[in-house]
Amino acid sequence: MNSKIDTKTLEKTAKDIRAQILKMLSNAGSGHTGGSLSCVEIILSLYACALRHDPKNPKLAARDRFVLSKGHACPALYAVLAHFGYFPKTELMKLRKLGSSLQGHPQFGLPGLEASTGSLGMGLSIANGMALAARMDKKNDVKIYCLMGDGETNEGQVWEAAMTASHYKLDNICAIIDFNKLQIDGFLCDVKNVEPIKEKWQSFGWEVFEVNGHDFKALTDAYNKAKTTKGKPSLILAHTVKGKGVSFIENKAQWHGIAPKPDELERALKELGE
Amino acid sequence: MNNQDKSTWKGTRDGYGKGLLELGQKNKDVVVLSADLTSSTRADWFKEKFPDRFFSFGVAEQDMVSTAAGFALSGKIPFCCSFGVFASGRAWDQVRTSVAYMNLNVNIGGTHGGISVGPDGATHQALEEIALMRVLPHMSVVAPCDFLEAKKATVAAAYTPGPVYLRLSRENLPIITKEEDEFEIGKAKILKNGSDITIIACGIMVYQAMLADEILKKKNIEATIINLHTIKPLDAKAVINAAKKTKAVVTCEEHLLAGGMGSAVAELLSQNYPVPIEMIGVNDRFGESGSPWELMKKFHLMPEDIADACERAISRK
Repeated sequence: MNSKIDTKTLEKTAKDIRAQILKMLSNAGSGHTGGSLSCVEIILSLYACALRHDPKNPKLAARDRFVLSKGHACPALYAVLAHFGYFPKTELMKLRKLGSSLQGHPQFGLPGLEASTGSLGMGLSIANGMALAARMDKKNDVKIYCLMGDGETNEGQVWEAAMTASHYKLDNICAIIDFNKLQIDGFLCDVKNVEPIKEKWQSFGWEVFEVNGHDFKALTDAYNKAKTTKGKPSLILAHTVKGKGVSFIENKAQWHGIAPKPDELERALKELGE
Repeated sequence: MNNQDKSTWKGTRDGYGKGLLELGQKNKDVVVLSADLTSSTRADWFKEKFPDRFFSFGVAEQDMVSTAAGFALSGKIPFCCSFGVFASGRAWDQVRTSVAYMNLNVNIGGTHGGISVGPDGATHQALEEIALMRVLPHMSVVAPCDFLEAKKATVAAAYTPGPVYLRLSRENLPIITKEEDEFEIGKAKILKNGSDITIIACGIMVYQAMLADEILKKKNIEATIINLHTIKPLDAKAVINAAKKTKAVVTCEEHLLAGGMGSAVAELLSQNYPVPIEMIGVNDRFGESGSPWELMKKFHLMPEDIADACERAISRK
């Protein structure tokens, strides 16, 4: 993975994954559509181009790890994990159903899933613990990735963890913020302004890479830069569109926590060319 | 009870510190995390010997607990150190979601439990941790009675699957167990058998219960005394058998009555073998400043209070 990236194939895969997410959510009848669609390229490019992982051996000792701190976006992660063969795609339609390992928010135990999350703000701390443990074990080339929501940075614990990563100079940490500018109650700037977000992270001692979070080339370049950053943790500030890919879902806060109804699903899939 | 030489007394936090040291020597996977209370929690003893396995978080308990989850997910055995108020309360959601939900081997040493913290007052006197921790699935809760038991509990916690909360005291207490006594998380210690009343105690209250026994003996009341160091998982067999034998129970804890050890015993007995229960503890109020033993007196946690409760329970048989 990681050498020349095939952007065309990835773009096609992203479209398939978006369609898959919408079908899963619609079938479940509930879930988080907007924030799942905004991070498709971030997660897909990570698994396709940056992360050292083996779907046949999810517990591989030398693997890189990915913690989805914004746990509500798990439909995107589930779809990507299934795409890479961690579990059969037939499992995806069991999302949020009784007895399914695809819980409404990620539950540890699912192959390829590194941590339970859902209560926001905890993922970066968990990632830091993994990064410190990797350093203790002298696994110097292991990288720990953590995806947070932008609204999630309202949580004080995120900044506690930001200080910890910086204090311990955790250059094996690469955090990503899905900067889609919306949270449940509305635009971040109205709910609680997080700006200037880039400068905040820089002042906390992080190397920040600002990219278009839907551009595979830009994302892959940023992952590569994060890999070679020494002496400090890296943050990829990925500008995204909430609900990306479906016109009537894009940029609407009300689509944060609802699933498409059957007619909406039909329209959405048509837009995606399904 | 011949334990008046207070120079030999030690806090259960001291036992925790010694337990961590022993673990540091025996197990290279043990790591200690501290939230700026390194000396007060006795984590500094480990820090001095094993600086590479000690991690400082500053005043950030939530970050500390979730980071411990990351360590545990990578095969380490973390111990989080802070005062009980902050370790169990401030970081409760982190303990719930990052630790207990994943059933990780993250251990939490909460020192400064109970009213006996003394002059620091209500904000620093943890009276709620047993309740807060025992409601969490997968969580074990242990309140050792003395230095030696705290040391053994700390070592045992490392080898107990899933999370363990250790409730520890600041105040020095007499050492009432012996080095050679066996200790097992989840297995109550029956200190004495008597047929009139069962006193079930944990932490500092085990010593108080033993002093109460001296009072009861003078009144020809024979007590069974149980050191219920593990509140969860509860040793149901030991508690039910004692209730069957004595037909009345007094629970003693330096903790709020709501949701604490006494509540756990009442939940068990009311469903399995109902007998009169009297509960010694703090009744729906916060602590306050004062010297530890002044407070123990003011909050009715003294041997006389236990002895009176025993008589009340017996009269209700």
